[in-house]
Amino acid sequence: MDQLLSVLIPAALIVGALGAWRRVRLWRQGRPAAVNLLQGMLRMPRRYLVDLHHVVARDRYIAHTHVATAGGFVAAMALAIVVHVLGVENVVMAGLLGLAGLTMLVGTLFVARRRLEPPARLSKGAWQRLPKSLMAFSLGMLLVSLPLGGLVPEGAASVLTTLVLGVLVGWGLLELVVGMGWGGPMKHAFAGAAHLAFHRRPERFSDVSGEGRHPGSRSTALLPLDLDSEQAPGSEQSMGVARPDEFGWQQLLGFDACVQCGRCEAACPAHAAGQPLNPKKLIQDMVIGMAGGSDAHYAGTPYTGQTTGEHGGAPGERIVPQLVEPETLWSCTTCRACVEECPMMIEHVDAIVDMRRFLTLEDGATPEKGAVALDNLIATDNPGGFDNASRLDWAADLELPRIRERPEGVDVLLWLGDGAFDMRNQRTLRSLVTVMRAAGVDFAVVGEEERDSGDLARRLGDEATFQQLARQNIATLSQYRFARIVTCDPHSFHVLGREYPDFGGHYRVLHHSGLLAELIDEQRLQLAPAASGSSLTWHDPCYLGRYNGEFEAPRRVLRALGMEVREMARSGHRSRCCGGGGGAALTDVPGKQRISDMRMGDARDTGAEVVAVGCPQCTAMLEGVVEPGPQVLDLAELVARALVVSEHNSSTLREPQEEVPA
Amino acid sequence: MTSPEVRVLVSSGRHPVSGRSGAAREDARAVEMALALAGEGVTLLHAGDPADASLRYYLGMFHEVPGLPSVGRVGRLDLLSMPAESDATSLLAEQLRHAGASLVLTGMRSEIGEGSGLLPYLLAERLGWNLVAGVAAIEHCDSESATILQALPQGQRRRLSVRLPCIATVDRAAPAPRQSAHGPARRGQIRVIEPQESAGVALDEPRGQWRFEPARVRPKRLKVVKGGSARERMRAAASTGGGGGGRVLSDLDPEAAADELIRYLESERVLQ
Ligand code: SF4
Ligand code: SF4
Repeated sequence: MDQLLSVLIPAALIVGALGAWRRVRLWRQGRPAAVNLLQGMLRMPRRYLVDLHHVVARDRYIAHTHVATAGGFVAAMALAIVVHVLGVENVVMAGLLGLAGLTMLVGTLFVARRRLEPPARLSKGAWQRLPKSLMAFSLGMLLVSLPLGGLVPEGAASVLTTLVLGVLVGWGLLELVVGMGWGGPMKHAFAGAAHLAFHRRPERFSDVSGEGRHPGSRSTALLPLDLDSEQAPGSEQSMGVARPDEFGWQQLLGFDACVQCGRCEAACPAHAAGQPLNPKKLIQDMVIGMAGGSDAHYAGTPYTGQTTGEHGGAPGERIVPQLVEPETLWSCTTCRACVEECPMMIEHVDAIVDMRRFLTLEDGATPEKGAVALDNLIATDNPGGFDNASRLDWAADLELPRIRERPEGVDVLLWLGDGAFDMRNQRTLRSLVTVMRAAGVDFAVVGEEERDSGDLARRLGDEATFQQLARQNIATLSQYRFARIVTCDPHSFHVLGREYPDFGGHYRVLHHSGLLAELIDEQRLQLAPAASGSSLTWHDPCYLGRYNGEFEAPRRVLRALGMEVREMARSGHRSRCCGGGGGAALTDVPGKQRISDMRMGDARDTGAEVVAVGCPQCTAMLEGVVEPGPQVLDLAELVARALVVSEHNSSTLREPQEEVPA
Repeated sequence: MTSPEVRVLVSSGRHPVSGRSGAAREDARAVEMALALAGEGVTLLHAGDPADASLRYYLGMFHEVPGLPSVGRVGRLDLLSMPAESDATSLLAEQLRHAGASLVLTGMRSEIGEGSGLLPYLLAERLGWNLVAGVAAIEHCDSESATILQALPQGQRRRLSVRLPCIATVDRAAPAPRQSAHGPARRGQIRVIEPQESAGVALDEPRGQWRFEPARVRPKRLKVVKGGSARERMRAAASTGGGGGGRVLSDLDPEAAADELIRYLESERVLQ
């Protein structure tokens, strides 16, 4: 037996290593990017234990199972090499090996239990085989350790048992070691470890979150496309990603790390709405494209309305439409629910936007309304094609101070966003102005000089228009002095605060929830207590919550209003998108239901009378849902309603000349 | 169908809301029609300021559309350099005569400058080519002739058979232009052609005396239709004017047709 293992284990290791080498070559087909090999490998264990487990632990069952199984396996494998290959045979080692095997066996039983009636989000196929292979290996290792530890007499092993044990261990080694390199389900362990070590967004990990491109952020800003270098004269390189080998190699590596756990699938609003998008399948399609082949072997939920086996790809071939239909890419709301859920830290949104960039910048294939919005952005600086000079029409009677007239500077620069053209959002803006005046906030607006932030253009893949708008806005803002920017649009909040730094614009940006919370904390607002028994629920906007981690400020404001804040089934970092982000409201890919209807359903289920929102887009989407349902009110409107204004004060609200001077 | 060499005369337009320069909408439709017809055989032509960036918009339309002819990777625009105040007619006519193009498409009128819509007529006159105005679609085209659908009011169409070479102006009823993409727009080649010394760009004399001001939308006379069936009211609402009246004359010999036209122009006091 011992001899058998001393041959089997090295053989498996060598074959596995060859497979791993091949895998590495597959990843390296992607665009090159330098990494620090040693540093990455040293950082990997901590990233696995801390950051990855932070995500995995949201599913306690599988977290514990994984610790036992993976921990047992790593230990058993290391010990088996020491014992059987290096020949260090003693009772202690044997005992440890037995213990490792046992731990793994217990974990494996739980893996097997989950696989008995697997939830729909899990892939079947080869993955159903995995618990059996794990069991074979752990059982084999456990049994092999028994005679060594003296628990069973050495001679007890008959030829038959040796044979059975050999088969068990051999099977296990084949799946676990050889399969890890050659692309079985265990590939995730090898690719996953490498992905953690060389992740394209190192800021996502606690070890370097303070450094790098986006210090202190959740690393949610899209990465800029270098338009000039990609368009160098004579360059055949196209912009964005048309073929799998045009992804960065770290992205390919990331796709390969997917364990097909389907958590992203379960979180994806577009998938739930029956649109032809499933983030898990998308990542698997990228793997298929990288390795070449068809999606016939994919054993998970397909894109709604499509059957597997009809699409395929190769590293050097177009992704759209052979491998992925364009509707799949245009269904995404860029809500990041998938990225938030993914235990392997895969970046779905980056991949989707990369492919959209090609479709828009090279193929001119943005869905129709999206293309119109882009043309409008170029011609009029706003997606609706309105006269940009009318950005302040709604405030004609408010006499808002322009920043241009305040060269000495102001505390708050109010960024209006494109909601300024929308009658519904104008009510929100007016409320916000009322509240700020009541609190004596020293503020001004950019007004006619303000342009769209570029959020929509960027998510639709038009990096050129985005960068143009960003540069123009940064040039405008550079002329003025202000302590911070406040906006009631989370998209502007994210783009100005997180994406403009890449283009030289560094600002302190606050969502109005942050400002309102601050005013309440400083007791600058006098609020009337709400009618007792009234309740509301807060809809976390993706670009405020998941993108920027602001979950607390709006809730603090709502609590200060004295209403009961009920949480929806999906809230906080698991909040469900309203369906309006990422240009999805324009691309409007048909599904079985609408995302906004589902979200309103979540709100209705809480029984709250009001769903509080903090985003013009969310407001529009949720108000577009048919009655009956809770009333949709912006945070600013709720605060404005609760304001207690004395007679004297109320006149200052209307007469700006009596404003508190800066 | 062997696709002919197609030239498209493009001009820089003005956005109706922002006034920013960009593509002229009818010209963009002309480019779309040309690309859908001839793909790689399309060359754009413009006479004016070589620094005009808005022309790149048209080059951005040189990308593939499923089901339509391939357009190649790089769009081409020949730019006859001249000051904006000059008369483009002779330059363009010379260029077209030598380029050997058989079909020239363009919009009905430019969005800036005179916008009289006369340029295609002047070119056709100078070159001795046929001219079709208000094209909605080109159904067929070979090296000799083309079958063209001409747009008439109220969605009517007239099928015409034209011998090439021919200049056709494209109506708003033509298919909407494809998206202009940033990649091909930047890649596209603009070949600047400096006028030959001898050619001598004709300065547009009368134009120097004009005063330019922004166009105002002319008030529309409301057509109040009382009573009648729903269909009548619908038709009245949808009609694009045309003043009622009019006669359709067919199968006249050219002499008689010319007499009819002269009589009509006299009655309208166009001819005295
Ligand atoms: S992409 Fe991530 S969340 Fe989705 S199936 Fe793969 S590992 Fe799971
Ligand atoms: S970002 Fe949102 S909509 Fe897009 S794939 Fe992920 S979960 Fe689905």
